[in-house]
Amino acid sequence: AKADAPFGLGREALPEEIAAWNLDVSPDGTGLPVGSGDVMTGEEVFADNCAVCHGDFAEGRDNWPKLAGGDGTLADDDPLKTVGSYWPHLSTTWDYVNRSMPFGNAQSLTADEVYAIVAYILYSNYLVEDDFVLSNENFTEIVLPNAEGFIIDDRAETEYAIWSGEPCMENCKESVEITRRATNLDVTPGVDTAEEQAATAPAAEAPAAEEAAAPAAEPA
Amino acid sequence: MTSSFKGPKASRRQFLAGAAVIGAGAATGVRAATPDPLITEIQPWAQGLGDGVDATPYGMPIRFEQDVVRRNVPWLTADPISSINFTPIHALDGTITPQGCAFERHHSGAIELAKEDYRLMINGLVDRPLVFTYEDLERFPREQHVYFCECAANTGMEWAGAQLNGAQFTHGMIHNMEYTGVPLRTLLNEAGIQTEGKWVYVEGADASSNGRSIPLEKALEDVLVAFKANGEALRKEHGYPVRLVVPGWEGNMWVKWLRRIEVTTQAVESREETSKYTDTLADGTSRKWTWVMDAKSVVTSPSPQSPIKHGPGPLVITGLAWSGHGKIKRVDVSIDGGKTWQQARLASEPGDKALARFYLDINWDGSEMLLQSRAMDETGYVQPTKKQLREVRGLNSVYHNNCIQTWHVKTNGEAENVEVS
Repeated sequence: AKADAPFGLGREALPEEIAAWNLDVSPDGTGLPVGSGDVMTGEEVFADNCAVCHGDFAEGRDNWPKLAGGDGTLADDDPLKTVGSYWPHLSTTWDYVNRSMPFGNAQSLTADEVYAIVAYILYSNYLVEDDFVLSNENFTEIVLPNAEGFIIDDRAETEYAIWSGEPCMENCKESVEITRRATNLDVTPGVDTAEEQAATAPAAEAPAAEEAAAPAAEPA
Repeated sequence: MTSSFKGPKASRRQFLAGAAVIGAGAATGVRAATPDPLITEIQPWAQGLGDGVDATPYGMPIRFEQDVVRRNVPWLTADPISSINFTPIHALDGTITPQGCAFERHHSGAIELAKEDYRLMINGLVDRPLVFTYEDLERFPREQHVYFCECAANTGMEWAGAQLNGAQFTHGMIHNMEYTGVPLRTLLNEAGIQTEGKWVYVEGADASSNGRSIPLEKALEDVLVAFKANGEALRKEHGYPVRLVVPGWEGNMWVKWLRRIEVTTQAVESREETSKYTDTLADGTSRKWTWVMDAKSVVTSPSPQSPIKHGPGPLVITGLAWSGHGKIKRVDVSIDGGKTWQQARLASEPGDKALARFYLDINWDGSEMLLQSRAMDETGYVQPTKKQLREVRGLNSVYHNNCIQTWHVKTNGEAENVEVS
């Protein structure tokens, strides 16, 4: 039953308009266009469009994201999260590359090129052989290694109950010792003037930067 | 310009200069030795003329406040386009964040999108897929609310230890504004949600798109399609002309330059809710869909960027508290690293999912302090210590660090970001 629009504002979206913007691809493959691409083609497209930041083997250059490697590191002190080690769904790789990559020239790849790049990323993660062809037809057969690695937010069960109620107000602990100091790392930009900030900001490769928890904002 | 005098030169802040300092303050109530020339001599501003009303059609803060600005930390990200900067919360008071220094987080930069070029599409499991212009949106009934927007990664660099030295850097991925807009529910009703619809997928007009999935229940509850903030149009960097406001939930979901809302049966599990904004636990499994920002607080002054310069005596300890679960009920402050606590004073009735300002007025004796604040919200949740968080989550969650912050205030008034046992 189609009730009337309460305000009668806006107008009906045309099929061409929806097709232009409705690009998202879901884990079950909903939204995938017809197309295909193989690893070797992907290697070429990747070399032309992606390797300058992500490396020839998707291993990442400088501070740019690594797309391959890190398998088995998620419980380590310094996990390496990549498509192969961390991402749950291949649909996300296709969708994100298609809509938002290359960085600075997004939505410039054809569907076949995206299939080829995704095939190459799978290959770079040792998940397919070098003659593999990815298409809309076999897409959902690919199961990424960390597909089962995620649980739905469970803070209500694991945290909220134990951290609720009347807190301690007096004699809450015997003694207090300082265990860590930010000035030991000394990675804070100067805060006196803009000039000083520019002059004293630690370089990206400052050793202390590696001690950071994963950066707040990893680049796309 | 009609300015006819020059004010005193902006004195370089005596940052961490040790507080003993010059003249005023230390000897409250004591008779001055000599008359103060700022009083006894006629000053230029008392004699000449100031600026005319045509000098500044849209004003900026006076130059003496030039350090109250957004700052970034270059080493955090590979480039400044997909990056973050920080609100100078150490220097602000009250609860409303001035838009001009409210933090930014972009994934493909701050885009320029004119109202004439703006389109909003609703598609998917709806009776009528619709396209709205900006003018259309202004014709729907409006609501107005104050909410905080906190980046999921706020305080994220502090998981492994005390790292950045200042409240701006440790807690400044946050702003709090008064929004005007149309409830998302109103727009979805206009399109007519079909019964199979369980989620909405929302995305922006920028290259990153920042697509996120939101359960329909939340979308129909209090999500706002906002076009005004703090009384005026959104700033370019905050999503002009239209952004999503998702009260209490992680800032990543507050999609800027909002261009499309799709009603779906399932979550899309986009990049921003799989690769990013998932929280890895010690055993290597990760939480997904950690949407709510839990109760949190921080002392904004004294703090590393806001040292005590006036010596012992009356001291205003102030800070911010907030919770994505509702209203702040209470804030406790400790000056001894959590051994004893006293209840702070809330400056006004706390809002729902909004910043609250607290004060504790003390008589500082000049000795060292380990300053902490601890928020409680209306659900009874008490802000945990970092140790408590680590016991449940380990060190690699990246996001959702709402631990109690400690500032070590030294006898000279300087303060430092520390962890305590």
